[in-house]
Amino acid sequence: MSEDPRTLRHLLSAADLDRDTAVELLDTAARMHALQAREVKKLPPLRGRTIVNLFFEDSTRTRSSFEIAGKWLSADVVNVSAKGSSVSKGESLRDTALTVAAMGVDALVVRHNASGAAARIAGWVGCHVVNAGDGTHEHPTQALLDAYTLRQRLGDIEGRHVAIIGDITHSRVARSNVILLNTLGARVTIVAPPTLMPSGIASWQCETSWDIDSVLSGKAYGDVDAVMMLRVQRERMSGGYFPSEREYAIGYGLSPERLDLLGDAAPVLHPGPMNRGLEISSAAADGERSVVLDQVRAGVSVRMAVLFRLLAGNAEVVV
Amino acid sequence: MSSIVLRGAAPMGGKPTDLLIDEGRILDIAPRISGGPGDRVVDAAGLVLLPGFVDLHTHLREPGREDAETIATGSAAAALGGFTAVHAMANTEPVADTAEIVDLVARRGAEVGLVDVRPVGAVSKGLGGELLAEIGNMARSRAGVRVFSDDGRCVHDSRLMRRALEYVKPFDAVIAQHAQDPRLADHASCAHEGELSGRLGLPGWPAVAEESVIARDVMLAEHTGSRLHVCHVSTAGSVEVIRWAKSRGVCVTAEVTPHHLLLSCDLLDTYDPVYKVNPPLRPAEDAAALRAALADGTIDAVATDHAPHAAHDKDHAFADAAFGMLGLQTALGVVAQTMVEPGLLDWAGVADRMSARPASIGRVAGHGGLIEAGRPANLTLVDPAGSWTVDPAQFASRSRNSPFAGHTLPARVVATLLRGQLTVADGALVEAVPV
Repeated sequence: MSEDPRTLRHLLSAADLDRDTAVELLDTAARMHALQAREVKKLPPLRGRTIVNLFFEDSTRTRSSFEIAGKWLSADVVNVSAKGSSVSKGESLRDTALTVAAMGVDALVVRHNASGAAARIAGWVGCHVVNAGDGTHEHPTQALLDAYTLRQRLGDIEGRHVAIIGDITHSRVARSNVILLNTLGARVTIVAPPTLMPSGIASWQCETSWDIDSVLSGKAYGDVDAVMMLRVQRERMSGGYFPSEREYAIGYGLSPERLDLLGDAAPVLHPGPMNRGLEISSAAADGERSVVLDQVRAGVSVRMAVLFRLLAGNAEVVV
Repeated sequence: MSSIVLRGAAPMGGKPTDLLIDEGRILDIAPRISGGPGDRVVDAAGLVLLPGFVDLHTHLREPGREDAETIATGSAAAALGGFTAVHAMANTEPVADTAEIVDLVARRGAEVGLVDVRPVGAVSKGLGGELLAEIGNMARSRAGVRVFSDDGRCVHDSRLMRRALEYVKPFDAVIAQHAQDPRLADHASCAHEGELSGRLGLPGWPAVAEESVIARDVMLAEHTGSRLHVCHVSTAGSVEVIRWAKSRGVCVTAEVTPHHLLLSCDLLDTYDPVYKVNPPLRPAEDAAALRAALADGTIDAVATDHAPHAAHDKDHAFADAAFGMLGLQTALGVVAQTMVEPGLLDWAGVADRMSARPASIGRVAGHGGLIEAGRPANLTLVDPAGSWTVDPAQFASRSRNSPFAGHTLPARVVATLLRGQLTVADGALVEAVPV
């Protein structure tokens, strides 16, 4: 089957999206979003289609978001928790994926704790695959929902400056966001202690800094239009990445004082779950700048847009 | 038993000549040998005659993982690759850490009879890295072990490494180190630490985790006056450390794998675990440094690190899949491509790095060395123009995990002789593999 280059078969990486496709997905998401205000939220386009959420790693929020997105498009959505089914029980990833796909599935939404897992599965199965987070690699629908939220708050993303702060090394959210924000014409600055800065970051399309204050104040790379805080796992302390929660919070946490460094309109994003008092203060998490719940709402809309695009192709959205 | 006449073979790629082989030895080398009526004449016109290759680093998987490889299938792959001796690594199940296990492996190898199987003994009990294995008993056993290695794991404890180096001295044995500081590169580390690992989100395996262990070990070898061998050197920095140690007169030797000579970490882009190996594939600049070091002799030997894996151990996400690649049947072709074609080694150089030096490091009697009358007839005939396309489905190995599938390699093994007996002729096994 020869494919139109704009035909999206899988969504494995934010790099799968060119600018037009990304904008189109965000536009579609906006129309889907309008539905949420309605009493009856369900649309018919994916009736009779089956989507399996194949999750090798626990994630209540991402799984629920994909589940609701599929159901509002009238797809049949099945959740398969494959945690521990591979490797430890001796079944290969290939066997697990082929077994599930053989049940007549139209799309697999895959979450796995190993980087590249969704890409491998896409190479084996005949159906569409959406990467819902693969190890420390990517989480493209998270980047889409972040972009959606930024558009809501800032209007256009083009030319905006976004600071991403936290554990970049282990963050699939950061990788997808750096790619997508660049695709959409934004500037990105990464802030992390050297131990949580990935190797080879010099070749990423972003500025980098170890100094959160100079970045937030705009002294380092110009005014910041939005701040994206990343979750820092407490286990990283035992890996020697930083000495204590206290020191991390002092060095890199979004404290009330640091909020004041920002311009008035700059929103604060966080992919959740938040570690209050560690990477983010309650003042930042609950303040007027916080768009954390907007992100969650956007998550359903952009996932509807992605599933619609993959499964219904270029059909018009009838809303 | 009839004699064999090799007609028109070019020893080390030099002047073509005839050779008479009988009683397991080269009896005569002369421009024209007519031979007796019952002699088998092998037309070797246009072929390069080399001493049979000696692999310092082979995983035969038996005992324990006979679904991936056996001593029989691994021996067949070795013979087809031009090898006449292989060193069977100790990380079997059970581990080869007693005289009984190494004897079992050697005996099974002799029964198969396609190559000399030289067992490697573990340095530490159960590869646990804490207590010395029964090195003396293994050295004194019928297997006569001369190479000890915890390969797959590093002997990371400095004191244990020192003791091991000291303890093997009476046996003229060598410690073959898998250099990997487990604190800098743990079992999860699976991609060269650099731009690619950062972008792909794969746990990094930094060059320094190898180089710092080699630096420590060459100083321990100097301190103890013992023989150290460095397995599968993978970085330019490691080459520098080894070069420095050799210039000081330290008794250190080193090996490089064919895959580290040819492939680079850019291949990991696909997340295909056929490219997952330990140590990991490195950037192209490292591969170039390894080729230069093999050419100038800083790296002594090519060793395959042949590591068969069942398909179901590779059909995982990259991080979850097994480490290792097949190597025996592609080694000569890759060395021809990376070393002979660019002029870095001539065929005498190939003989030195794939036969003479590894035989010397492993103290393998009767292998390696020159091609002259009176010497044991452990030989390989290579077609230097016999390019072929790698198809793992055709391999004698029980596994298929070759990173060279689809590659066209410039030279091929036509025949292999073990003590005067053809194990491989016309590029195929002379007899079916005994199962």
